[in-house]
Amino acid sequence: MTASSKQLEMSRRAREGSPWTGLWAVVFKEMADLLTSSRMRILEVLILLTAVGAVYAAMSQIRESIGRDPFLFLKLFTVSKPPIPSFVEFLSILVPLIAISLSFDAINGEFNRRTLSRILSQPIYRDALLFGKFLASFFTLALVLTVIWLLIIGLGLIGLGVPPSGETVARLLLFLLATIFYGGVWLALAMVFSIVFRQPSAAAMASLATWLFFLIFWNILAGLFANIISPVRMGLPQEVIAQAQWQIALARFSPTFLYGEILAALLNPAVRQVGLGLLLPLLPQGAIPGSPLPLAQSLLLIWPQFTGLIAATILLFALGYVLFQRQEIRA
Amino acid sequence: MSKPVIETRKLTKRYDRVVAVNNLDMTIHQGEIFGMLGPNGSGKTTTILMLLGLTEPTAGEVRVLGLDPARQPLSVKARVGYIPDQVGFYDDLTAVENLMYTARLNGIPRKEAMKRIEEALKRLGLGEVMDNPVKTFSRGMRQRLAVADVLIKQPGMIIMDEPTQGLDPEGAHEFLNIIRQLKDEDITVLLASHLLHQVQAVCDRVGLFYKGRMGLSGTVEELARQYMKGGYRIELEVEGDRKAIERALQQVKGVTEVAYLGRNRYEVRAQGDLRAETARAAVLADGRLLSLNVEAPSLDDIYVRYFQEVEHDRVKQAA
Ligand SMILES: Nc1ncnc2c1ncn2[C@@H]1O[C@H](COP(=O)(O)OP(=O)(O)O)[C@@H](O)[C@H]1O
Ligand SMILES: [Mg+2]
Repeated sequence: MTASSKQLEMSRRAREGSPWTGLWAVVFKEMADLLTSSRMRILEVLILLTAVGAVYAAMSQIRESIGRDPFLFLKLFTVSKPPIPSFVEFLSILVPLIAISLSFDAINGEFNRRTLSRILSQPIYRDALLFGKFLASFFTLALVLTVIWLLIIGLGLIGLGVPPSGETVARLLLFLLATIFYGGVWLALAMVFSIVFRQPSAAAMASLATWLFFLIFWNILAGLFANIISPVRMGLPQEVIAQAQWQIALARFSPTFLYGEILAALLNPAVRQVGLGLLLPLLPQGAIPGSPLPLAQSLLLIWPQFTGLIAATILLFALGYVLFQRQEIRA
Repeated sequence: MSKPVIETRKLTKRYDRVVAVNNLDMTIHQGEIFGMLGPNGSGKTTTILMLLGLTEPTAGEVRVLGLDPARQPLSVKARVGYIPDQVGFYDDLTAVENLMYTARLNGIPRKEAMKRIEEALKRLGLGEVMDNPVKTFSRGMRQRLAVADVLIKQPGMIIMDEPTQGLDPEGAHEFLNIIRQLKDEDITVLLASHLLHQVQAVCDRVGLFYKGRMGLSGTVEELARQYMKGGYRIELEVEGDRKAIERALQQVKGVTEVAYLGRNRYEVRAQGDLRAETARAAVLADGRLLSLNVEAPSLDDIYVRYFQEVEHDRVKQAA
């Protein structure tokens, strides 16, 4: 623990009252703002279009296997009909975008409206404002994703005419949960940038740049670094494997990669191993064939990734917290 | 004087190299209007932020209503209303919605909050527009909304930073009247401003800030007496023997200087408002008093004089 965070800790302990005083007032107000904002309207339309489009495309691909495939419903989310990508492909792009758009102006927006010092002069701590804003964005994100999820399942019920099995529903629920937490990482990231940058546009650009970096460049860089750290000199199989392991270990610093692994295991029960088997674009249909894995086994497979996403969210939030506590609030 | 509600002792705030507030000792009493006056950068805002626990002091002590803002910020902020300079609202929300958020942050139950909000908005002349979005409000209306906003928590004290900045003269005048009304309710008002002449009329006492210190404090009159020897300027128009009249005026107690301006006009410099005394003296010297005027020293004069001295001392010390 650094000296400054120790100081922070001590002053926190000595403070009166709960740090969460006023938290729910902030959450309700912020959620109401977000849900009625015009950016929300745009997101809703965008998401509705992609959901309907992707599901319609998937439906036309999988309809013939009705009755044969026990996990038909999962295919609704994963099957694509080129050039239309599958719904999860859409989601892995849309979720960060939604999350960033929900929180890139969380703190600097208050600065620029000159409301920050007025709000912080009410009997609340900064903790409540920051966490309240995070929760409001998080709940809004969860709400939006849950609505889409229900919409797709509804469309699936109508289109396929068979109800999903219990295990399918459980897998889909976990998929929803993972998607929400995946969004949480980007929410927290955009919030950190909203503290660092006074201009909301700068915060949005920084968030998008980080996302693009992980989406496009990090996998390439992971490969390059792995090659440097553990080069294949003789062409021995163990050398190739060692390099691949390094590459995966590095790639796992990317939330996008972690989310891809989770999706692979949850939505494709045939996947028996994540990581090595899934090096490149991580979509379930390219996975190793085999008999379906029970849910508990699939879950065990991606448990570290799941907790990784949550840990990343918490770490980013903590970073934002420290930065915000030390920030001068005058305009 | 009644009990002190704000006390600072050797209060200091340092930012890297800059000393924003330097060993400040300040006492403010229950129910008074106190003006912290000084140029930009003299440490007024920083002092206020420390009073509210929004910035931690580097050294020294603060008590606000007997509480330590660094340790008990919630209690302090529940009792003290703060109107920052350039106060902002959520533009898309209505006046009522904005104040309702404040009420909720203060933990006031909804029904009670609604009552207080309507009362405060009506009182500040915003009753008609209370359901309009704040983006339609003028600068003056926003400033009044800011007062309504702090009244919601029924504060014992209100701190305003540059309250008249950006208002037109009429708006500023109106706003100062609002401040006077607050005093009638026994709310202590602390205001910070660099517009001396605007706020001097409303303050019971003022403190002059300069480079993080409060050099002078007291009523404007006290300061004039202490600092501006002969701060009052009295002009008399008297017909009669010039020599006799000049001599008579000079002998009045408290007069420091007498000058003849021509055409029966005399200028008297005095330590107080000596209109009655000088008039009597002129009449007793067989003069016919035609007119009589007094100019009180303005805070600006005091201020200029004060800085000259401070700068002078500094140069002398450095030498
Ligand atoms: N966050 C900060 N970092 C560094 N210096 C600051 C900061 N805030 C204020 N100052 C400095 O502190 C001094 C006092 O500022 P301030 O309290 O805002 O004065 P006033 O309100 O009287 O205009 C100024 O010199 C200002 O530059
Ligand atoms: Mg200031």
